Amino acid sequence: MSASVTSPKNVALFVTCLVDLTRPSIGFAAVKLLEQAGCTIMVPETQTCCGQPAYNSGDRKSAKEIAAHVIRAFEGYDYVVAPSGSCAGMIRYHYPALFADDDTMMVAVKTLSEKTYELTSFLHDVCGYAPEDVTLASSLTYHDSCSSLREMKVEGQPRALLKNVEGLEFREAEDRAACCGFGGTFCLKYSEISESMVDTKIDNLLATKADMLAAGDLGCLMNIAGRLKRRGSDMKVVHVAEVLAGMADGPGLGEGEG
Amino acid sequence: MQVESRRFKKQAHEALHDENIQKAFSKVKTGFPVNRAKAVSELPEFDDLRDAARDLKNHILAHLDFYLETFEEQVTLQGGQVHWCSSYAEARDAVLKICEAANARTVTKGKSMITEEMSLNSFLEEKGIEPIETDLGEYIIQLAHETPSHIIAPALHKTKDQVTELFHEKHGKYGFHERLTDPQALVNEARSILRQKYVDADVGITGANFLIAETGSTVIVTNEGNGDLTQSLPKTHIAVSSIEKVVPTLEDASTLLRLLARSATGQEMSVYTTFSTGPRRADDIDGPAAFHVVLVDAGRSELVGSDKQDLLRCLKCGACMNHCPVYQAVGGHSYGWVYPGPIGAALNPQMVGLEEARHLPNASSFCGRCEEVCPVRIPLPKIMRLWREEAFEKQIAPKPERWGIGLWAFFTKRPALYRLATGLAARLLHAMGGRRGRISKLPLLSGWTSVRDFPAPLGKTFMQQWKEQKGAGK
Repeated sequence: MSASVTSPKNVALFVTCLVDLTRPSIGFAAVKLLEQAGCTIMVPETQTCCGQPAYNSGDRKSAKEIAAHVIRAFEGYDYVVAPSGSCAGMIRYHYPALFADDDTMMVAVKTLSEKTYELTSFLHDVCGYAPEDVTLASSLTYHDSCSSLREMKVEGQPRALLKNVEGLEFREAEDRAACCGFGGTFCLKYSEISESMVDTKIDNLLATKADMLAAGDLGCLMNIAGRLKRRGSDMKVVHVAEVLAGMADGPGLGEGEG
Repeated sequence: MQVESRRFKKQAHEALHDENIQKAFSKVKTGFPVNRAKAVSELPEFDDLRDAARDLKNHILAHLDFYLETFEEQVTLQGGQVHWCSSYAEARDAVLKICEAANARTVTKGKSMITEEMSLNSFLEEKGIEPIETDLGEYIIQLAHETPSHIIAPALHKTKDQVTELFHEKHGKYGFHERLTDPQALVNEARSILRQKYVDADVGITGANFLIAETGSTVIVTNEGNGDLTQSLPKTHIAVSSIEKVVPTLEDASTLLRLLARSATGQEMSVYTTFSTGPRRADDIDGPAAFHVVLVDAGRSELVGSDKQDLLRCLKCGACMNHCPVYQAVGGHSYGWVYPGPIGAALNPQMVGLEEARHLPNASSFCGRCEEVCPVRIPLPKIMRLWREEAFEKQIAPKPERWGIGLWAFFTKRPALYRLATGLAARLLHAMGGRRGRISKLPLLSGWTSVRDFPAPLGKTFMQQWKEQKGAGK
């Protein structure tokens, strides 16, 4: 048995490359939440990226090599948790597909895949956690990332957790299952199509007249925030972990300190 | 049909800036998907039916030869004839021979995607035979000399005002000179013209939604009844069908029929579901004197047993494109060949070549909505990814893209180097963001900044800060 009800869970944080590079506060918010939920947090030093850019570009060989690297880096923990449905989904569902014809790796792949979770679903479903004494006087709308929603089946968990934030008024947007147009390298290669998709998404988000937007995936958030700023909107954009950890006071994505 | 998939990006650009196209396709979001969701919610066993349909189609594909031969036996027993065609050219010739034997001058046509694939209309015109499309949408685009932009709503890209102008321009020769704006009046005008065409036609050509092996029947579904008139009034009926449409029994057809209309339009059933078996018998009140089935392979048998075999389960319902944000944005014609949307992105590279259709499986955010609604659970994103892998391997993907990924992968596999590079990038990008906290122009990421600002990094990476905190004995 790796973890009992009473002993703390050994959780390795998969920081994700985007959080590492552009918004470390999300990683620290995740650490804070996981510690409050009774977990012991470790951050494996050799972690880099889950390999999705290669996998989705058709570079299966690089994707496999990177996946093998991740599998080694995250050996020996009870759980692996990522503040992203997309990266968690890559490990949970696509790593087994990558190594489907490789019996020597299958045990290690399955072991990792089964213990990997998206942050809000891990907090809610595995830890039974609910935030306490967090206040945010604001209205907020939520964007479900496609991989969270359709791959990791994350939908109710972030909403249930957000209900515990005092003063927060939650507003659902129209057509919320629609993609924001990020899609990793898609938004770079087909930027005009991506633009049309993010504009449709943004029109629905702005129609809620909420002060803030949160989501569980930084890729989508950077895409939506970047476009919101380009359109001159002042809707504040943050990661759901920052809201839940009471760390959403500072500047949102794409906002300066001043 | 002429292939224009290579120009996908340019065509998408034009569609995104075309007011009429944007207006026409914005309707897709609020129409079909809403109706489908309602129909699905009213049928609790819908997902079980999808599993059953997937398994049924897999079974058929594993025994395709058996069911096709059984189908042929039954058609022959009923007095009809099956023509096996491995290519479009063979299929066109088979149709032409039948038409010539019937001394055909005009043929009426029901909606059929396989005859779009074969470019049958232009071929028949060249041979001096006039084809007349009888499905209203197909009729409209035939008048306008255009191609379908949706597999079940071929004239989806046309606004009502455009149809008004088109009919006004083209219907004068039939004595119609009024500029009609009421949709029902437009339909009635087209109908009254088509009515005589049905009677005059020498041959009726339809597609087939299903071929039933045990009875030798062909099945078509329509909402206008045009298919029935097309196949029962002329002396000769030709059903043109691709090989994967065969199903073992009538019960199997009804399993798939329960999914088809619900997935397509949200109807429980189409208005007309027509089964026809062989030519007219002595005591039949109507029906054609001659009955032919032209069976077309055109590359499909190559998919059997391949890693993309699942594509052959497709029922051609259109649910994937109805729910696709890319299709909704760029419309059907951008894809440059018969099948648009996710099914086109996954199928067209097989049919027209990966080099020609390379953009299609790439132009997807992998949002997964298509797979979520597919009535036969085709893993469309997975198949698009297989094409991306093939394009990467065969160096069809552009060089900068392949090199970029290679360089990035080089760093990603080397944590120490990766830390160094991300540490530098975070500092540099933070400085570029300045007090605004965002960057509006990045030379190497112009695909990003042409559309959006880049939210600037906060200065230090998570890993740097984590290490510092640990060092300070947090």
